[in-house]
Amino acid sequence: MADLTTEFAGITSPNPFWLASAPPTDKEYNVRRAFEAGWGGVVWKTLGAEGPPVVNVNGPRYGAVWGADRRLLGLNNIELITDRPLETNLEEMARVKADYPDRALIASIMVPCEEAAWKAILPRVAETGADGIELNFGCPHGMSERGMGSAVGQVPEYIEMVTRWCKEYYDKPVIVKLTPNITDIRYPARAAHNGGADAVSLINTVSSITSVNLDTMSPEPSIDGKGSHGGYCGPAVKPIALNMVAEIARDPETAGLPISGIGGVTTWRDAAEFLALGAGNVQVCTAAMTYGFKVVQEMAAGLSQWMDDKGYKSVAEVTGLATPNVTDWQYLNLNFITKAEIDQDACIKCGRCYAACEDTSHQAIAMSADRTFTVKDEECVACNLCVNVCPVEGCITMRELPTGETDPRTGKPVQDDYANWTMHPNNPSAQAAE
Amino acid sequence: MRNSHLTPGVVPGRLSPDDYHDNFSDKAPPFDAHEAAVAADRCYFCHDAPCMTACPTTIDIPLFIREIQTGQPKAAARTILEQNILGGMCARVCPTEQLCEEVCVREVAEGKPVEIGRLQRFATDALMAAGGHPFARAPETGKRIAIVGAGPAGLSCAHRLAMHGHDVVLYDARAKPGGLNEYGIAAYKTVNDFAQAEVAWLMGIGGITIETGKALGRDLHLDTLRGTFDAVFLAIGLAGVNALRIDGEETTHIRDAVDFISELRQAGDLSKIAVGRDVVVIGGGMTAVDAAVQSKLLGAEHVTMVYRRGRERMSASEHEQDHAASKGVRIITGAVPVRFIGKDALEAIEFRYTEETPDGLRETGQTFRLKADQLFKAIGQSLDGAPQGLDLCGRKIAVTGPGRTSLPNVWAGGDCASGGDDLTVTAVAEGRDAAEDIHAQLMV
Ligand SMILES: Cc1cc2nc3c(=O)[nH]c(=O)nc-3n(C[C@H](O)[C@H](O)[C@H](O)COP(=O)(O)OP(=O)(O)OC[C@H]3O[C@@H](n4cnc5c(N)ncnc54)[C@H](O)[C@@H]3O)c2cc1C
Ligand SMILES: Cc1cc2nc3c(=O)[nH]c(=O)nc-3n(C[C@H](O)[C@H](O)[C@H](O)COP(=O)(O)O)c2cc1C
Ligand code: SF4
Repeated sequence: MADLTTEFAGITSPNPFWLASAPPTDKEYNVRRAFEAGWGGVVWKTLGAEGPPVVNVNGPRYGAVWGADRRLLGLNNIELITDRPLETNLEEMARVKADYPDRALIASIMVPCEEAAWKAILPRVAETGADGIELNFGCPHGMSERGMGSAVGQVPEYIEMVTRWCKEYYDKPVIVKLTPNITDIRYPARAAHNGGADAVSLINTVSSITSVNLDTMSPEPSIDGKGSHGGYCGPAVKPIALNMVAEIARDPETAGLPISGIGGVTTWRDAAEFLALGAGNVQVCTAAMTYGFKVVQEMAAGLSQWMDDKGYKSVAEVTGLATPNVTDWQYLNLNFITKAEIDQDACIKCGRCYAACEDTSHQAIAMSADRTFTVKDEECVACNLCVNVCPVEGCITMRELPTGETDPRTGKPVQDDYANWTMHPNNPSAQAAE
Repeated sequence: MRNSHLTPGVVPGRLSPDDYHDNFSDKAPPFDAHEAAVAADRCYFCHDAPCMTACPTTIDIPLFIREIQTGQPKAAARTILEQNILGGMCARVCPTEQLCEEVCVREVAEGKPVEIGRLQRFATDALMAAGGHPFARAPETGKRIAIVGAGPAGLSCAHRLAMHGHDVVLYDARAKPGGLNEYGIAAYKTVNDFAQAEVAWLMGIGGITIETGKALGRDLHLDTLRGTFDAVFLAIGLAGVNALRIDGEETTHIRDAVDFISELRQAGDLSKIAVGRDVVVIGGGMTAVDAAVQSKLLGAEHVTMVYRRGRERMSASEHEQDHAASKGVRIITGAVPVRFIGKDALEAIEFRYTEETPDGLRETGQTFRLKADQLFKAIGQSLDGAPQGLDLCGRKIAVTGPGRTSLPNVWAGGDCASGGDDLTVTAVAEGRDAAEDIHAQLMV
């Protein structure tokens, strides 16, 4: 079994699976049970400043999107940061850390954007023995209206400033948690980097309304007939998170900055994908909230098995393996030519590929009277839509045309050299450059 | 003391009230909303879907299933009922394993089709439970049509004509409308008096008058009907039954299966229905299976179905044969009855084995006997009471296209007419298509 021990921004944990700051890490009772179940680390539910804690709504706080068989695909919440007194949280953190020295325990913090506030809380967090802090600049609801959370995360200057204060008043690793509710994730990441952050973590939740009750005309979750936007998470947000992780990983300005990948990690495979795109570890919230703490056992076993199968010796070895393959569209090889191919033995003759291609693509699939579906190579532009709508995995595949074979669509032989848009004759700037 | 399955002879009350209740409850209980969502989600929404083509009424199955998926079972029901006004009954009685579900791409691929019939029931039940009638009648045309026979064919035709604004009088010889929906279909397929509830719901369209107890040939005559109505649709089903033609067929406890089934369907109290300890059913179709299974469910100790040809020639589907077997019915194939044994009442039956030869079925000469105190004949129904003057095709009323007979302004459909399988859904399709043709002809 591959050793999953992970060192992230100087913090060691027995595996790369941390629980993200959220209800699963809200209190000592949960965190102890999470550690018993096998989680490598936890980011404690976000702490606020000293004084009366925030209050949550007393009605429903979640909205959801389901797939087949009510599989939870996306969850949205309007929960705030911890609603328990700071003192209680700190005492509990200290006790848990003492009992689980090998696990990572990170304090998530959100206090007003004033130096004094940070200066006040950081020494108290340090006393707990926590391994580091995570600055919650992500929460899109409730706290942002108070000038915290994503209100800070959306302004790179604030991120840099607060990160600097933290580096000044705290001597263990500082992780900056980023909000996805911005246009270009690289700017806040660069700001964190410039402020001296030891790592970034992302994504926090995406601003969202999951559904509207068409009888009461209230957004869900409904509080006395009204709803407000919440933060979206779970499997549905994974593609957004993967892209943002990759954007930061391949940005030369933040090169080498450790990334904790968050957003929809539900299985070992999701985790492996985050790692491959440049994350040093992952954080999980919704999967634990859906299936309980035990899911980590599948994640750890699956990742370890996959690493064994591939011969990877450590998590660090996997980190960033796919990053170099993330590029801009203009650099994609236009001489790479494929055609859809239907495996007639696997085909169940549902005709979905036909409907999709005929109605919305390139009219490149023929249907015979006996429902045999075949690709017309002379029409197929290799868009891949048929593969995606086919209910049978592996039935339709994309065949790469070897060099020299004539593409029946263009009548031209396949070239073996690489040529992208920047070099294409149809590109006005390409010609101008010559 | 109460009778049991061991009591000799043909006696009632072999079971406890609970057993009667359990045995005759819904064979395929309705889906709840979650089950329906899961089942609906399995549909691939095929292009030009094979199931649609296989359905004799061409229901847009992928569309109605998608409507269930998106939480609109009543809209799904409309999609169904637009094509098949008896979609509720069909959902319960169609041999879907030989129709829509047989060609479902998931049946072909995985041997587990989308459960179309049960989904159809989920949708139609939802609409009927909501009350009201989903279709509106066109302005009255003043045209009057007589329909003889209030089974599926007659009802379907009546509804479609009424919807187009015509006035319909629906005559039936029996005391209740519904045809075999009411008197034939196995009790456990259509519980809670569904046949009558469906007729009442169908009548919600307006413009249809039902006159029961009126038999063509006795109380009504085709000539008179043709004289007083603008068109006539004949949907009299197959009222006759085929005989075995063996000496002693009138012996006590030798009976037509359809009579037994009809008695059972009409019984308020199943414990009053007498059934043998050793029951034999002759035949290989749906009627034979239903008679055999229901005998078993009434508490007979041994029930044997005997069919003259091989199993693959039985018209009862494999699914139905399996159902019979699962209820403990023994199926013997390749044998014909040759002699009844017993003085006052039936005691045993002698059979001869048969074999298929190039010249047809031949008896081999080898015999065997089955102990039997009751025998049901289910070797087919036949046309009975067709009015004079109509051309026949084989033993049915000859029709061309959408049910046109050899007489002007007279249409026919359902089991009594040539062409098509003898199924509820086929009768519905033929009734509907004849109605459209009648409408087109009357409105030129
Ligand atoms: C026991 C049994 C079980 C069956 N099970 C199934 C099943 O599970 N699924 C399935 O799809 N099909 C089944 N069938 C077949 C199905 O019931 C018939 O195909 C269908 O009912 C035919 O409809 P119809 O309207 O043509 O005739 P019918 O339903 O037979 O209706 C004919 C009507 O005409 C009336 N009538 C007859 N003669 C006269 C007359 N002279 N004057 C006035 N009225 C008259 C009758 O009283 C009756 O109401 C079964 C049949 C039987 C016998
Ligand atoms: C109910 C709920 C409360 C959350 N509270 C916090 C929080 O207090 N601090 C924080 O940094 N993130 C919070 N998050 C965001 C999660 O830590 C995580 O970033 C997000 O859910 C994406 O990961 P996932 O897809 O695995 O759930 C919360 C998420 C949920 C569902
Ligand atoms: S009417 Fe019968 S054959 Fe047609 S879809 Fe419904 S269940 Fe299937």
